[in-house]
Amino acid sequence: MSVTISPKRLGSEFVSKIKEISGQNLQVCYQCGMCSGNCPMSSNMDITPRQIIELARLGLEEEIANSKTVWICASCLACTVNCPRGFDLSKLMEAIRLLTLRENVDHISPDEISPEERRELPQIAMVSALRKFTG
Amino acid sequence: MMSLAYYPGCTLKTKARNLEEPAVAAMEVLGVKLEEISRWNCCGAVYSLSDDDLIHQVAPVRNLIRVKEQGENEVVTLCSFCLNTLKRANHLMKGDAEKRNTINSFMDEEVDYSGEVKVAHLLEVLRDEIGWEALAQMVKLPLQKLKVAPYYGCTLLRPREVAIDSVENPAILREFLKALGATPVDFPHATTCCGSYQIVSNPDDISRYVWDILSSAVRYGAEAMVLTCPLCDYNLGQGQKELAKKHNGFKGMPLFYFTQLLALALGLDPALCRFELNYGEPESLLREKNLLP
Amino acid sequence: MSAKKQNKNPAETIVEEEGEVSKVKLIPVYIMGKRYDVPEGLTIMKAMEYAGYKLIRGCGCRGGTCGACGTVYREPRDYKIQVSLACQKAVEPDMYIAQIPLFPASRAQYEFAELTSAPEEVFKLYPELFRCVACNACTKACPQGIEVMDAISALKQGNIAEVSRLSFDCIQCGLCTSRCFGELAQYHMFQLARRIYGAKIAPRANHLARMVESIDEGKYDKFLEELKKASEQELKRLYQERETEPMTAGEDWVPKDTGYL
Repeated sequence: MSVTISPKRLGSEFVSKIKEISGQNLQVCYQCGMCSGNCPMSSNMDITPRQIIELARLGLEEEIANSKTVWICASCLACTVNCPRGFDLSKLMEAIRLLTLRENVDHISPDEISPEERRELPQIAMVSALRKFTG
Repeated sequence: MMSLAYYPGCTLKTKARNLEEPAVAAMEVLGVKLEEISRWNCCGAVYSLSDDDLIHQVAPVRNLIRVKEQGENEVVTLCSFCLNTLKRANHLMKGDAEKRNTINSFMDEEVDYSGEVKVAHLLEVLRDEIGWEALAQMVKLPLQKLKVAPYYGCTLLRPREVAIDSVENPAILREFLKALGATPVDFPHATTCCGSYQIVSNPDDISRYVWDILSSAVRYGAEAMVLTCPLCDYNLGQGQKELAKKHNGFKGMPLFYFTQLLALALGLDPALCRFELNYGEPESLLREKNLLP
Repeated sequence: MSAKKQNKNPAETIVEEEGEVSKVKLIPVYIMGKRYDVPEGLTIMKAMEYAGYKLIRGCGCRGGTCGACGTVYREPRDYKIQVSLACQKAVEPDMYIAQIPLFPASRAQYEFAELTSAPEEVFKLYPELFRCVACNACTKACPQGIEVMDAISALKQGNIAEVSRLSFDCIQCGLCTSRCFGELAQYHMFQLARRIYGAKIAPRANHLARMVESIDEGKYDKFLEELKKASEQELKRLYQERETEPMTAGEDWVPKDTGYL
């Protein structure tokens, strides 16, 4: 994929907000790909976990916003525990999700779930999904 | 009889009665009374992963405050999702003074909390406070070398600060199964995520994760799988039903909670285990192995 | 110096009640941000009417049970949000008041007769229940002192009986809903739980059913016919001479006339 990198993007509000919400130093990643390799969901993702970090670092928020990666993430933390640099990718994923959710844009809505499923799903599933995907 | 403060979690009171009921009975046989703490609330299930959000820490912290208020310094959980959230929130309150102060002053109707309580999973209690040898000696109905794949999922072992065992090569369920007379079957996907809350937003993706986990366990010779989490149970259980419908050749397996195997092996009445709530028809497998009358 | 002279002190007013004239202290309160001096001792509702508001909404039984007049207020220089029912709470100096007579909270649509007694029915109809983060703002906002968070917690655990017990005093004022972080309408969920409990879970009054049966079977028809035919004088006599069970009667007490038993 071809992207445009510029100092403006690197210093953008998007990058600083991501850093603040995730508490992570985006510079430590050396793009080894352990995260993508360990992620059970990566085969369903259009942009891989490793690529997400790079895009975030470069301030490429549109490319990230158009991808479904962070919404497929299950916060399983396989990436986090395997990162040789100690980068907590699960927090970066959460930060990206929150940028959308905090604009009062929910990713799922309870009425999109069928009544039968709402009846059958264990509480643990509903609570966690609503916490991760609604603001 | 030793008594331990016990935090159930919402799901164990409805769908996952088959995780709780055998546990309470089994632990009594082992000399431990699980005392449910009073006025507990939902722990929040997932841990909030953002650095600047504290409102989502309130739910788990409030439960830890309840434990402290009730004069206990340790709380045990059966559900690994709850373990993860409570333990991580506990770490936060212990380690981050600024956030601790903010949370305490927000919850001005509660006593202050700074991490005084220890959060443990029942498996840790079995390993560290009772011991595998002592457990093995109490077994009345050894599990006849039942070939069981130990499935940890995510929440017992990740992140490292929560892990109740080695992150890469956990042994706790293996030792547990051996103590009960079963044969643990190690397989590569023992710690691969089942898809977790994606069952709500992307249920189609779950099939793929379930396929990977279960077919791997089958390939390595497992006859059943042991679980610690109601969400894994739902995803793997429902998932294997869906897969069996769509793919003729797909073979799943009976899913057990570790507490059910514990109760069974200790010689308790199988009715207490509530096998009728399980996925994968465990009763026919158990009957085959002469583990059920 | 005359008692009848108009009192120039703005902190007091002259009140005449049943021929008695007295001075009543006026205190400042802020209604919708504007200061009014109202007689001390009035309820918030009466104070608003004294100030000239005509209440056609947010006003109901005036007796603390209908839940129409939920009110939020603050005390001077105190960050805490206070709540009350306008018809019950007396005004205090410098109270800063706003009424919340209606907070939007739509109710799920359901056919009650088709519901089972399972808590999953509530999960299906109100999935936003699971957005609760246990922040406790609802409990702090309840004028009836209900432990709202605990009741929602019981609901999440599927304990319908406990929800009914905890939410018994709920008057559906909606103040909890107005403060909810997760955007739940707690009182709608509680009402459904209480309905399910009452109709499908609570033990039935079997003795009542038996009594109705014996009435339908005509056991009391003869006595009713006699009473219907009796004159006014006879009815008065029967009433005055009726036998009542003594306070100290034991389990084995029987009336003199056992015909009705």
